[in-house]
Parts: sequence; structure tokens; C-alpha cells
Amino acid sequence: MSPADVGAAITRAHHEEWARVVATLTRHFGDLDVAEEAAAEAFATAVERWPADGVPANPGGWLTTTARRKALDRIRRENKRADKQKQAQMMYGDDPRDSLGAVDDERLRLIFTCCHPALAAEARVALTLRMVGGLTVPEIARAFLMQEAALAQRITRAKAKIKAARIPYRVPSADDLPGRVSGVLYVLYLVFNEGYLASGPGTDPVRHDLTAEAIRLARLLRALMPADGEVAGLLALMLLIEARRTARVSATGELVTLDEQDRGAWDAALIAEGHRLVRERLATGQPPGRYQILAAINAVHTSARDVRDTDWSQVVALYDQLCRLEPSPIVALNRAVAIGELDGPDVALRIVDRLQDELAGYHAYFVARADILRRLGRSEESRAAYDRAIALAGNSAETAYLTRRRDQLG
Amino acid sequence: MRYLVSVIDDTPDSGTPDEMTPIGDFNAGLQGGGHWVFAGGLGAPSTATVVDGRGAEALFTDGPFAETKEWLSGFWVIEAPDLDVALKLAAAGSKACHRRVEVRPFR
Repeated sequence: MSPADVGAAITRAHHEEWARVVATLTRHFGDLDVAEEAAAEAFATAVERWPADGVPANPGGWLTTTARRKALDRIRRENKRADKQKQAQMMYGDDPRDSLGAVDDERLRLIFTCCHPALAAEARVALTLRMVGGLTVPEIARAFLMQEAALAQRITRAKAKIKAARIPYRVPSADDLPGRVSGVLYVLYLVFNEGYLASGPGTDPVRHDLTAEAIRLARLLRALMPADGEVAGLLALMLLIEARRTARVSATGELVTLDEQDRGAWDAALIAEGHRLVRERLATGQPPGRYQILAAINAVHTSARDVRDTDWSQVVALYDQLCRLEPSPIVALNRAVAIGELDGPDVALRIVDRLQDELAGYHAYFVARADILRRLGRSEESRAAYDRAIALAGNSAETAYLTRRRDQLG
Repeated sequence: MRYLVSVIDDTPDSGTPDEMTPIGDFNAGLQGGGHWVFAGGLGAPSTATVVDGRGAEALFTDGPFAETKEWLSGFWVIEAPDLDVALKLAAAGSKACHRRVEVRPFR
């Protein structure tokens, strides 16, 4: 096996096995710290040994065994074995009846613990990327434009709270499951959105590493909870957005809006996969949640070969459905934009005007308003709205696009 | 595992007889479920005295140690196997006393 092949095998093992190794060790030793450190050591050992010894037949088994040995070494070294094991029994005396059959996977316990609602949202994101995603502290710090020390502190504090407050290492009971799943999906969507619309003036406008990681975690969750509609919905949503990634930013680093994108550059495989998931959910006949509806809206967009073929009445109907489920001003704004396509900009403006107070600090509000006013030929007002949108937008590609649009106003 | 569930309050005359009825029901539930350790309602912050016994002679100061808009007006000490159970009980307690509560583990 060539060094490149071994390198690829290690990368693959890291992607496929990291979460399982951490989860299995957490279960065994009852301690996230011990699990994380031992998993990292096991992968470091693989990097050292696999090029000479060859890639083991069962990389996951090899890594888990190695990590377990590392953890025992550490515990012996620290001479705290009795303590740790007592703690393990104390913390994770899990009743097998808690488990949910097909979804009973150590990794699922790990995901629910990292996304526990008693942890702050930023801590959940950081902890999930580290413990489940296997990203290193410097990688996560870079992704969120944070100092490494501050990010490490955030993770340490979250782990300390899990231990001190005894956040359980468990898949929630059936009653609590929907709420807790939506907490996990929220974390994954945050990661995806930070990649999709990277904030910060110095970063790439699209952070493919983050969108890819969010999709990878959503795929994992989907494999673990295949019957959950919202998990399927979020994965479909991410796939259908990701499919348009390369068409979304021009060669000069400017945002390209949906109506101007080269639809031939969309990723047909991702679109097909996203559409399959949306159809699968439709076939169940169960009422969809927010992610399923958002995925369906994106399915409508990605079904049109040309923007003029877009079925706007379908888009509006889906936004109506979303508004009933989640009456928020942001949903109402997106619905207004769709109505503008169906019934004209004057109708849309009347709706948008009513949202002004609630969305006065939201850049997308002014983007929508500027575009509607432009279409109505009200250049001066449109220019003011573009100015406001530019001042509030954090994404470099979007700023470039808005500036050009503003400067094109007659 | 024990948790302190503190009642966060901003009205000085909490714990009226009307308010005590649902709290009594909640307490009975805690006792029945084996979660009860101890609970109590506290006097208003204006009834507090700060004591500093670190020096040769103890110093007494009228009033709470910090003037705040919100304060502790009561608490439960509960027994729960993990935070999920503690949070569920705390949510029911918050509903019963109609105040926000803070949950903190004992060391």
C-alpha cells in the first residue's frame, strides 16, 4: 500500500470511526475527557504505525482497542482508576429499556449529550464538532474566528458541566425525543449556516469545510434515526443548498442569486439525493416539520431548469404552511418574496412594510425591500435599503453583490 | 445526586396562601416520588443581615450582601439520578410557584 493510500485510509477511518471510538470509550469510562484524549492518541498511533504495519483489517476495532488501552494507561498513571470506574457506574447506569432498538447506538448517546439543552448553543456547537465530528480545537477555532484558548475553554467548561451537573449519557425517552432531536438539528443547522453564509469580512464567503461537516453529521444522524422525518428533512435541505454551492459565488467572489445562477453548474447527484428524501417524506403522509417544509421549498427551486419555470404558487403554498407552523417575521419575509414573484412587487411591498419594526436589524429584510423597490422603479428608496443591507451584511460575497446592485440603480 | 433548585423572585411578598396551594401539591409529589430532601421559603432580602466573622470581632450589617433586582425567595433541595430528571422536576416546580428557578448540582 502506498503512503498516499495509507493516508487516505487514516482520513477515512477518522471520518468513519472517530465518533464511535469517543462514544464507546465515554460509555466505558464514563468520562468525556478520558474518551477524547484516548481517541486522539489512538489516531496519532495509527498515523505512526499504519504506514509500517499496514492498515488493519478492522480499523474501527483496532482504534477502539488502542484507545481503550491508552485510556487505561492514563487512568493507571493518574492512579484514579477506582474513582473513574465508580464514576462510570454512577453516571451512566443506563437502563437498557431506555434504548430505542434500531437507534440504539453509542454515537447517538454522544450526540444527545453534546447537544443537551442545558448547555449554551455555542458550547453545543463546539462540543459536537469536537466529540462527534472529530475536528481539532484549532480547526473549530478557525471555523468560528475564535482564539484557540477561548474555544478550548468553552469545550472544557461544557465538559465540566456535563460531569458536575450529571448530564446523562443517554438517548432521551420517547416523550422527550422530538424536542431533543430538534435541539440536535439546530446545532447542525448552525454549523451548516456558518459555512453557507460565512460571516466575518476576512473569511471565504462559503466555508465548504463547515457545510461538508454539517452534512456528514446529518448523514450520520439519518443513519442512526432513519424514521425521523425532521432528520431526513434537514439532510435534504442541506443537500439541496449544497448542490448550488459552486454556482452561488462568481469567479470574482460575488454572490450569485438563485435567479441568476448557472443551473447547469448545480450538483445533479446531490439534487437527486435531496429530492429522493423529500419524496420519501411526502410518501409517509405525516405532517412535515419546519426542515421538511424548507427542504420541499428547495426541492421546488431545484426542480426548475430555468428560473422562469419555478412553480411559485407551490413555493407560496409551502411558505403558508411554514407560517402556520412557525409564525415568525423571518418566515413571513421569505413568504413575501415568493408572493412578489407570484403576484407582483406591489403586493410584496405591502407585506414587507408591515414587518419593518420586527426586522429592523436584519440584513435580509433590507435586501428583500431593496429588490422589491428596484422592481417598482423607486430607485431612491431602493438605494437607501441597499445601503442599510450593506451595512448589516456580514458575508463578503453578499456585500459585493449588494454594492453592485446598488450602483446599477438609475 | 442532589440539586439545589432556587426560586428567582422580584416581588417582596411571595408565598401567599393562594400561591402555596400548588406549591404544596408539588411538594407532595416530590415526597411521593422520593425526590424530596428539604425545602423552604425565605423572608424578604430586607430582613437579611450580613455577618463577617473573619476578624477578631464579628461585624453585622443590615441588608443582603448584594442589592439586586432579583433575589432568592425560596429553594428546594431535591434528589435526582441525573440532570434530565432534575430539570423536569424544576420545570414543574417553576410552574407550581410561578417563578423562574435555577438548578445547580451539589458537589
